[in-house]
Amino acid sequence: MVGLSQHGRLEGCSCRHAPCESEGFRSATVMTAQSCPRQHCATTMDSAALEPSLYTVKAVFILDNDGNRLLSKYYDPELYPSMKEQKNFEKNVFNKTHKADNEIAFLEGMTIVYKSSIDLFFYVVGSAQENELMLMAVLNCLFESLSQMLRKNVEKRTLLDNMDGVFLVVDEIIDGGVILESDPQQVIEKVNYRADDSPLSEQSVAQVLQSAKEQIKWSILK
Amino acid sequence: MIKKFDKKDEESGSGSNPFQHLEKSAVLQEARIFNETPINPRRCLHILTKIIYLLNQGEHFGTTEATEAFFAMTRLFQSNDQTLRRMCYLTIKEMANISEDVIIVTSSLTKDMTGKEDVYRGPAIRALCRITDTTMLQAIERYMKQAIVDKVPSVSSSALVSSLHMVKMSFDVVKRWVNEAQEAASSDNIMVQYHALGLLYHLRKNDRLAVTKMLNKFTKSGLKSPFAYCMMIRIASKLLEETEGGHDSPLFDFIESCLRNKHEMVVYEAASAIVHMPNCTARELAPAVSVLQLFCSSPKAALRYAAVRTLNKVAMKHPSAVTACNLDLENLITDSNRSIATLAITTLLKTGSESSVDRLMKQISSFVSEISDEFKVVVVQAISALCQKYPRKHSVMMNFLSNMLRDDGGFEYKRAIVDCIISIIEENPESKETGLAHLCEFIEDCEHTVLATKILHLLGKEGPRTPTPSKYIRFIFNRVVLESEAVRAAAVSALAKFGAQNDDLLPSVLVLMKRCMMDSDDEVRDRATFYMNVLQQKQKALNAAYIFNGLSVSVPGLEKSLHQYTLEPSEKPFDMKTVPLATAPITEQKTEIAPVATSKLPEKVAPSRQDIYQEQLAAIPEFQGLGLLFKSSEPVQLTEAETEYVVRCIKHTFANRMIFQFDCTNTLNDQLLQRVLVQMEPSEAYEVLHYVPAPSLPYSQPGSCYSLVRLPEDDPTAVSCTFSCTMKYLVRDCDPNTGEPDDDGYDDEYVLEDLEVTVADHIQKVLKPNFGAAWEEIGDENEKEETFALATVRTLDEAVNNIISFLGMQPCERSDKVPENKNSHVLFLAGVFRGGHDVLVRSRLALADGVTMQVTVRSTDENVVDVILASVG
Repeated sequence: MVGLSQHGRLEGCSCRHAPCESEGFRSATVMTAQSCPRQHCATTMDSAALEPSLYTVKAVFILDNDGNRLLSKYYDPELYPSMKEQKNFEKNVFNKTHKADNEIAFLEGMTIVYKSSIDLFFYVVGSAQENELMLMAVLNCLFESLSQMLRKNVEKRTLLDNMDGVFLVVDEIIDGGVILESDPQQVIEKVNYRADDSPLSEQSVAQVLQSAKEQIKWSILK
Repeated sequence: MIKKFDKKDEESGSGSNPFQHLEKSAVLQEARIFNETPINPRRCLHILTKIIYLLNQGEHFGTTEATEAFFAMTRLFQSNDQTLRRMCYLTIKEMANISEDVIIVTSSLTKDMTGKEDVYRGPAIRALCRITDTTMLQAIERYMKQAIVDKVPSVSSSALVSSLHMVKMSFDVVKRWVNEAQEAASSDNIMVQYHALGLLYHLRKNDRLAVTKMLNKFTKSGLKSPFAYCMMIRIASKLLEETEGGHDSPLFDFIESCLRNKHEMVVYEAASAIVHMPNCTARELAPAVSVLQLFCSSPKAALRYAAVRTLNKVAMKHPSAVTACNLDLENLITDSNRSIATLAITTLLKTGSESSVDRLMKQISSFVSEISDEFKVVVVQAISALCQKYPRKHSVMMNFLSNMLRDDGGFEYKRAIVDCIISIIEENPESKETGLAHLCEFIEDCEHTVLATKILHLLGKEGPRTPTPSKYIRFIFNRVVLESEAVRAAAVSALAKFGAQNDDLLPSVLVLMKRCMMDSDDEVRDRATFYMNVLQQKQKALNAAYIFNGLSVSVPGLEKSLHQYTLEPSEKPFDMKTVPLATAPITEQKTEIAPVATSKLPEKVAPSRQDIYQEQLAAIPEFQGLGLLFKSSEPVQLTEAETEYVVRCIKHTFANRMIFQFDCTNTLNDQLLQRVLVQMEPSEAYEVLHYVPAPSLPYSQPGSCYSLVRLPEDDPTAVSCTFSCTMKYLVRDCDPNTGEPDDDGYDDEYVLEDLEVTVADHIQKVLKPNFGAAWEEIGDENEKEETFALATVRTLDEAVNNIISFLGMQPCERSDKVPENKNSHVLFLAGVFRGGHDVLVRSRLALADGVTMQVTVRSTDENVVDVILASVG
């Protein structure tokens, strides 16, 4: 790459080679006033060596089919510290992932593994360097545990009806970013939670119909 | 236990989300039933769920209301409902930071943690550690130690993970639990083993010996948990990197053995670790690449993604190692996961042949709009690499890039495209016009000031030299009308360059300039006025000095000089020659073309290396009054790498003195050197004026000594000289362990290699963006020309490189790059000679048997011309 020495001078920014326009110092005054683009570069996909650590999961969240947050936990206080940033991130992730069930994506410098079920979307987020399969293990464990707990009805309504159980399941799988348990059977045993198994008679016929209709609707729309 | 939510919630709204219309105040109101006796577990559970849900949605709880709810919640510990109790733990964790006095639940939690109900114990530990601080940790230390070695896995895991969280806060306390963690590490439960390993590493990571021991132990005994294996691989590769261990080390063997693990996770971690190792040979890569190849056909998208991403990384350094996977990668280019497809294509672009480029580009353009910006940047970088490899493909690439430029995208993405187009223009003169046209179109609608100014600058530089410069004027002037101040200013500068170089455009440019003089912004107006006046003079020399080739001084240096000048008012006008020159921009090696994290540069203009030396030298009293540091050379090694003493020299050139800085390192741990200096014997009329010894040189602490040398004054052409160097010092033997030296010492000396001063040490590189203009500016007053035959040189490339390194001047107009298959070439070099004389060299090279070279030198000083010609000959 000969010639890159000039390359630096082509840039209209003053971060390294200040006199970048013809009359040197005069332009430098203008140019230093504007920000240099390299300072806020988005994290790209470089994978520098990973510091050995148990802190694997950066965030986990469950969204509904409109992208609304049902549950979300951020484990890295430096990653999206404010609620607004978190919701922006979730929105962005949702927009990029809800159309195709692709299992894995790379956004905003994060590796994201995901899975959808009827009207729900489950996401596990890790750093760009993280072992994707470890994140998958967490996602699978989360999904399987919830599926067992909710008797395979992994859809928004049942999930919300058993929200306490969902909180507990997440709490048993990840603690502060560390994978606490990856075996769904173990998680279910530890949570020891029984889903709302109210007999059919307690629900009105209209409700049953309503819920059946919604389920059919979503299975068609998928 | 039957749970059913309130009828009211169920019927409200769409019925799809019972939590949709929750009001914080209503929920807190409801929380009052916590105080009712007897406790209604079902209703309380529901309210706690609502509170946690609200917190999760980002609802803000004030300290008072949170504390109130928290205290009410503590009553729920009286109930024995399991789920309710677990939800209380969750509430404690969620509220730990917003409520006050959370420590009041300590005793309840301690009770649960040591109680009989195993279901409570783990979560209770985690909740307790969340509200505990260093002082309170001592109180529960006993329980924690017991919990770590508890035979119930969930209890042990919880205790280990919580300890890990607390390492940050109270390292000293947690450190004392190392034996317990050690015991837990041999647990049969896979998660306990993983957590114990993680905690042990965090406690010992600063003690390399302990880490090595730990690794040895576990690599021998084997592990049960795949997670623990991944952790071990990371620890091992970090250790390998730190110790720079060779690939015959047992650590490497361990990582390689993990390639045969039965868990994909471990296999991938090992492969990835090997790929990321620096200086890995193709042979060592091979097994890792072949497991990644297998993963490419996995039905799991995540595994395919991981594999192809890692292969992409390999392809950057070792494209040939990945060629074996080309067939598998071909299958992935239509993968429904676009990230995988993109990575596969960009990998193939690096490894494949030129003939496949068109097909791959077509494939990728079919879905480029669907992928995220991060991957688009990857694509652009791959294209950029490709253009260097196959310059003939530039028209395909240019087309593709211009389409990408029109699409939506963020700043990083656009910048990558613009950079790529610019580098194509630089590499391929025939693509210049198309490239400039695309860029012109882009700035018509560009929201990024930085990119607009950059492109305008490029237009100003390249546009006037195209066959039809007039067509660019419109684009540039549009910026003056429409854009922000910085862009307008850049546009004015670009316009001036057109006016200066194209006489027939000059009248129109002057008209436009006049209009710019009425701009609302100071800088734009100033520039316009300045250029207007320069252009009206119609003098080539003025144009060259003030429009094409700007100042070549270093900005921090100029700032300092001006400040100094204002502090000491004098009659004399400020002299630009007293300002240090900007060292030519260091060629940034762009070897890693694909995904590279752009390092964040410091915000301020970093002082150059030379500015730092200037300050260091000025701090030494003996070197006062030498004036301005003109040039500092790259370090020259005066010893072999593995000798007792390592010495390197940096040559600092001043107007009529030189300082030699010897950086010495003593690599003998049983010696202390004192009064170290390097004695120099010059071969020419150079005179050593002064030695500044390094007072003391303990083991492995570098120190510097200096020699001040006077350059011969009577003969200005004597620029080169050879010095024979001897290091002299007083040795005091010392105890290798304590470093305590003996009282007596003896004098000793050590012969170093000879040090050469060449013409390059007297010339500073300066880039003239427009060499032709600079050439005219200096004029032929002191021009001299001579012809030489370089018999030993076989190619033009070699000749060019030799001349550049010999003269130490800056190649201009990209003339350092010899086009392929040509028999002649012209090299333009620019520099400033010691004393501030501009010097330009034009060297015509012709390839026959050897290389014949005709050198023409122009300078503002006659002696300098002679010096250059004499030294070449």
